[in-house]
Amino acid sequence: MVAPILPLRAENIRVARGGKTLLGPLSLEIGGEGVTIVLGPNGSGKTTLLRALHGLERLREGAVRWAVPEPEARSQQAFVFQAPILMRRSVVDSIAYPLLLDGLRRGEARDRAADAAEAVGLGDRLALQAMNLSGGEKQKLAIARALVRRPQILFLDEPCANLDGRATRDIEAILAKVREQGTRIVMSTHNVGQARRMADEAVFLFDGRMIDGGKASDFFDNPQTPEARAHLQGDLLP
Amino acid sequence: MNDILTGMIEAVRLILTLDPTLIEISLRSLQVTVSATVIASLIGLPLGAWLAINRFRARRFVIACLNALMGLPPVVVGLVVYVLLSRSGPLGVLGLLFTTSAMIIAQVIIITPIIASISHQAIRELWADYHDLLISLNTTRWQRIKALLWDGRRALLTASLAGFGRAIGEVGAIMIVGGNIDNATRVLTTAIALETGKGNFALALALGFILIALAISVNFALHLLSKTERSSLW
Repeated sequence: MVAPILPLRAENIRVARGGKTLLGPLSLEIGGEGVTIVLGPNGSGKTTLLRALHGLERLREGAVRWAVPEPEARSQQAFVFQAPILMRRSVVDSIAYPLLLDGLRRGEARDRAADAAEAVGLGDRLALQAMNLSGGEKQKLAIARALVRRPQILFLDEPCANLDGRATRDIEAILAKVREQGTRIVMSTHNVGQARRMADEAVFLFDGRMIDGGKASDFFDNPQTPEARAHLQGDLLP
Repeated sequence: MNDILTGMIEAVRLILTLDPTLIEISLRSLQVTVSATVIASLIGLPLGAWLAINRFRARRFVIACLNALMGLPPVVVGLVVYVLLSRSGPLGVLGLLFTTSAMIIAQVIIITPIIASISHQAIRELWADYHDLLISLNTTRWQRIKALLWDGRRALLTASLAGFGRAIGEVGAIMIVGGNIDNATRVLTTAIALETGKGNFALALALGFILIALAISVNFALHLLSKTERSSLW
C-alpha cells in the first residue's frame, strides 16, 4: 500500500533565471481530489509553476513539501508536457517504459501498456512508431505513459494546446475518467472554456505571482482582481 | 590504368577460386577489426553517453581531447603499443607482441575516441529531447544512459561503423605491433603493403578491391540487420 503523497505544499517558492524572477514568491496547497486549473496569460509562469511543483525547476527560495519524503513522492507523480516528448519506440514500448524502470518484466509491462493504450483510445496503434501518430494521438500517448504507473497526482502543461476541438474533447474525456479514478490533476491551460468545464479549483497567475483563485465556481463567477476578470472575459491584458 | 584493370580481374579470380591465402588473411582482417570494433564500442558508446548527460568541471576539456584523439596517428599508437608490449616493456610479460591480440589493442586505442566522439554528438541531441522526460520519470543515471543508448542505437551504429571503417583500412599500427607474419598476423592491409613493396601492383590492387568490398558488405549487412533507412523508424 502506497502512502498518500498529498497534500502538496509550496511554501514561498521563487524561481529565477538569469537574475530575473520567473515565478513567485508564491505559496499554494493542493490536497484532496479533483482538478486544479492554472490560468494566466503568456509568460505568467504557468509552466514554471507546474515544473517547480514537479521538481523540474531549481527553486531559488522556498520549498515544495509532500506528505511523504520527496523521493517517495517522486514515484507517485507524472507530468505531461505541452509538446509531447516522444521516445524513439513503438506506442506500446513507449508506454511500457516507465514500468520497465520499476522492474516489471517486459511481457507484463507490455500487457499493462496495452491496457493503458486502450484506455486512451490507442488500442489499435500499439505497433506503430510513436512519431507516426497524429498530434492528438501523440498527446494521448504521453497521457497513457504518464498514467501507466498509476500516479497519485498528474501535472499537465497545456495538453490541448495546438489540438483541434475533437482531440481536445477526447483528452478532456480521458482526464475526466482519470479524475473519477481518484488521481489528482493539476493542469495549466489558456482555454477559459476548458478551464470552466474541468476545474474544481483555479489558480490565476500574473507576472509570476498568484493573484487570484480559489474554488472554481467562486473564481469564475466572481473574480477578485481586474486582471483575472479581464482574462476570463477575453480582454487584452497589459 | 592497365594495372587497375588487371587488379580487378585478379580480384575476381581470387574470389572465384576461393584462394586459401586470400580467405585466411580476409578472415584474420575481419577477426581483428570486428574484435577491435566490439571492444571499442563497449568502451566508446557508454563513454559518449556519459559525457552527454553529465556536467563536471573538466567536461569541455575531456570532449576537446576526445575530438583531438580522433586524429591519432596510427604509427605513433603502434609505436607506443610496441614499446609497452615488447619484452623489456611493462607489459612484455604477457607475450602479446606480434600476435593478433596486439593488433586488436592498437586498433582499439585508435578507434575508441572516434566511436566515443561521434556517439557523444548523437546522444547529446537525443538527451536534449529526452531530458525533461527522463528526469520526470525519476530515472537513475544508468537508466538514462541505457535509454539513450537503446533509442539512439541507429545513430550509434554509424559511430561503430565509422570506427570499423577506420580500423579495417588501418596499416601503420598493426604493421608495427603485428609484424605482418605470414599465417599469423598478416591481414589484408599489411598484405597490400607487402605486395606493393614487391612491385606486385596487380595483386596489391586485387587485395585492395577485396578490402573495399569487405568493408561495404559489413556496413550493408549491419544496416540491413538494424533496419535503418525505413521511413517509419528513426
